[in-house]
Amino acid sequence: MTDILMPALSPTMTEGKLAKWLKKVGDEVKSGDVLAEIETDKATMEVEAVDEGTLTAILVEEGTEGVAVNAVIAQLNGGSDAAKPAPAPAPKAEAAAPKAEAPKKAPTTPQEPVEKEWGPTKTMTVREALREAMAVEMRADKDVFLMGEEVAQYQGAYKVSQGLLDEFGARRVIDTPITEHGFTGMAVGAAMNGLKPILEFMTFNFAMQAIDQIINSAAKTLYMSGGQMGAQIVFRGPNGAAARVGAQHSQCYASWYAHCPGLKVVAPWSAADAKGLLRAAIRDPNPVVFLENEILYGHSFEVPEDEDFILPIGKAKIERQGSDVTIIAFSIMVDTALKAAETLAEQGISAEVINLRTIRPLDIETIAASVKKTSRVVSLEEGWPFAGIGSEIIATVTEHCFDWLDAPPARVAGVDVPMPYAANLEKLALPQPDWVVDAVKKLF
Amino acid sequence: MAVSPDKSRKSAKKPAEVMSKDELLKAYESMLLIRRFEEKAGQLYGMGLIAGFCHLYIGQEAVVVGMQHCLKEGDQVITSYRDHGHMLACDMDPKGVMAELTGRIGGYSKGKGGSMHMFSKEKGFFGGHGIVGAQVSLGAGLAFANWYRENDNVCLTYYGEGASNQGQVYESYNLAALMKLPVVFIIENNRYAMGTSVERASASRDLSLNAAAWGMPSLAVDGMDVLAVKEAGEQAVAHCRAGKGPFLLEMKTYRYRGHSMSDPAKYRTREEVQKMRAEHDCLDSARKKLEEAGIAEADLKKLDEAIKARVQEAADFSQSSPEPDPSELYTDVLLEG
Repeated sequence: MTDILMPALSPTMTEGKLAKWLKKVGDEVKSGDVLAEIETDKATMEVEAVDEGTLTAILVEEGTEGVAVNAVIAQLNGGSDAAKPAPAPAPKAEAAAPKAEAPKKAPTTPQEPVEKEWGPTKTMTVREALREAMAVEMRADKDVFLMGEEVAQYQGAYKVSQGLLDEFGARRVIDTPITEHGFTGMAVGAAMNGLKPILEFMTFNFAMQAIDQIINSAAKTLYMSGGQMGAQIVFRGPNGAAARVGAQHSQCYASWYAHCPGLKVVAPWSAADAKGLLRAAIRDPNPVVFLENEILYGHSFEVPEDEDFILPIGKAKIERQGSDVTIIAFSIMVDTALKAAETLAEQGISAEVINLRTIRPLDIETIAASVKKTSRVVSLEEGWPFAGIGSEIIATVTEHCFDWLDAPPARVAGVDVPMPYAANLEKLALPQPDWVVDAVKKLF
Repeated sequence: MAVSPDKSRKSAKKPAEVMSKDELLKAYESMLLIRRFEEKAGQLYGMGLIAGFCHLYIGQEAVVVGMQHCLKEGDQVITSYRDHGHMLACDMDPKGVMAELTGRIGGYSKGKGGSMHMFSKEKGFFGGHGIVGAQVSLGAGLAFANWYRENDNVCLTYYGEGASNQGQVYESYNLAALMKLPVVFIIENNRYAMGTSVERASASRDLSLNAAAWGMPSLAVDGMDVLAVKEAGEQAVAHCRAGKGPFLLEMKTYRYRGHSMSDPAKYRTREEVQKMRAEHDCLDSARKKLEEAGIAEADLKKLDEAIKARVQEAADFSQSSPEPDPSELYTDVLLEG
């Protein structure tokens, strides 16, 4: 004897109306036959038999409303693999633990001392530093390759990949057609199959066409596969405003990507950041979004000559020591913060400037240690204020340093409008050093 | 439009030239396992043991089974969310698949993926993807890795006729043809993208020609006939292995069940479904050919029983395997650097 149960026919159904019986007692039934019709609040559905046999009893009359899912509605004689009469409740994994706790990485003793001393340096541009990082990693690992629009024969839309085609050949430095969605999916698929792609977007504005592949395929697959299959891939290219390129080419995506678990998000400022962090990103087994800045490409900095030079992802850097206020910035806004700090110093205010370097995971330790020292904090970013990185920084500071604060945390961000083209309006839309100076002075 | 898979390629060869008796028996067993597994999954869904989305493959079994017979070690398979059949065809353990459907630790993704998100690198199965069409560019990427490594492996990339209208599918045709990637694009044309018939969704009247602009060879195939599928599949796979680039197969097939479990299927008549089942069922025709080849009915009956037992074992396991430990909530987000 097999019980026929009121089936659940949708993810949310708990009960339904047994609208009509299409078989009667004594009928022969085989798999696939429609037994009855059921009405839910959404639709009328057919109940198909999954076993063979003779219908021996109908236990719920047609027209009955509110029949609970899993109630026995009829019985069938025969059927070799009868369904279990009632589903056993799922064995509970753990009786005790009422709520899973996120593993806490307690902010332990502040920071490993200072940054490792890497010895002699040489001057190079951010562009050269990025190229060197890619070349070094490609020499070391044949599974690493570079793909994107104009990266090979054109030598890079911004010349970041200059010379790489000559050194590594057309199988490892690959020009793609203008087809972001397709080639991003292709790069993620290659990563799932064990390669380590560096995918260059001509700018991150164009990556918006491919964001589904970055989030849904690259960031989530490791979790969805129970840890079996991830994607070791770097998505890199210029992010944020360049100069006079208008609204569709001038957006900061830091907050978009940093929102998503399964991704790491890095935003270098100096050439040393660029080289050390890109090397780390290429070696990282996870998908890394690497947000560069077009204006910074031509800026020069000192970079350690040591061939092992690499920087850890997730570690911020204090670019200027101070005691009265902490200014937290990333990418080109570190320049703005340093200029503001200079002006503030002239006015007798000592500002500490933190270069975040990594947006996700955020270096809470360094931020908290600094704010506990200065008791005032200003976040600074080029992107829009609403749900921006500043919002996250200030929430974090409030959670970790509330009792140390002498003034409400403040944020400076790009103006909440699409980027205008006109030179004067564009300047009005992007944070300037005096905006930071003003924000700091309001805290005193 | 007529319901039968007319005008599509029928096998010109005699059955025995495409598949030996043993091979056909193996294919039949594989299709039967999928059919019974899916029926059981539908049953467990009805009992509330499987939740969320659950897209059954019933009716389409010949496609994946015929294609799988063309593969060798190191090849890849990727598909959409209607993926249980593909996993079983890839020789993944029915217990692990069913336990994933019930959200248990014994599932292929430890219960964290569900019906649409399962993977087995070991078996060459790369998912299980829930975003319609996204697996097509991922499949081109799996094939890209074969090209990069200069081996002769191929990637079978499955998607429905509904997904075939997605922009990234055409981007992938272009990329694969441009780079001569070893990928077989397989449109499983089961005629309905959820409730929208192919005629209402695609201006193209012959999907097998959808990649003609890129010079990609293609075939329209009777996807209800495992022999026709295998014959076309061998041609496509040989083309890819020889480094000649991608190949497109349009499999004319049919799903007997709704799009997902919560589909009342009012967009087609019951007669249409019954006609396909009665006249074109892949199991019926394979069974007939096996009987003609001299396999005793008693042996086939024995096979039926063995498959039923295997599926029941999977169903039992999927209910006895525990739910994942709460600590699993936080694992597998990132790998340690």
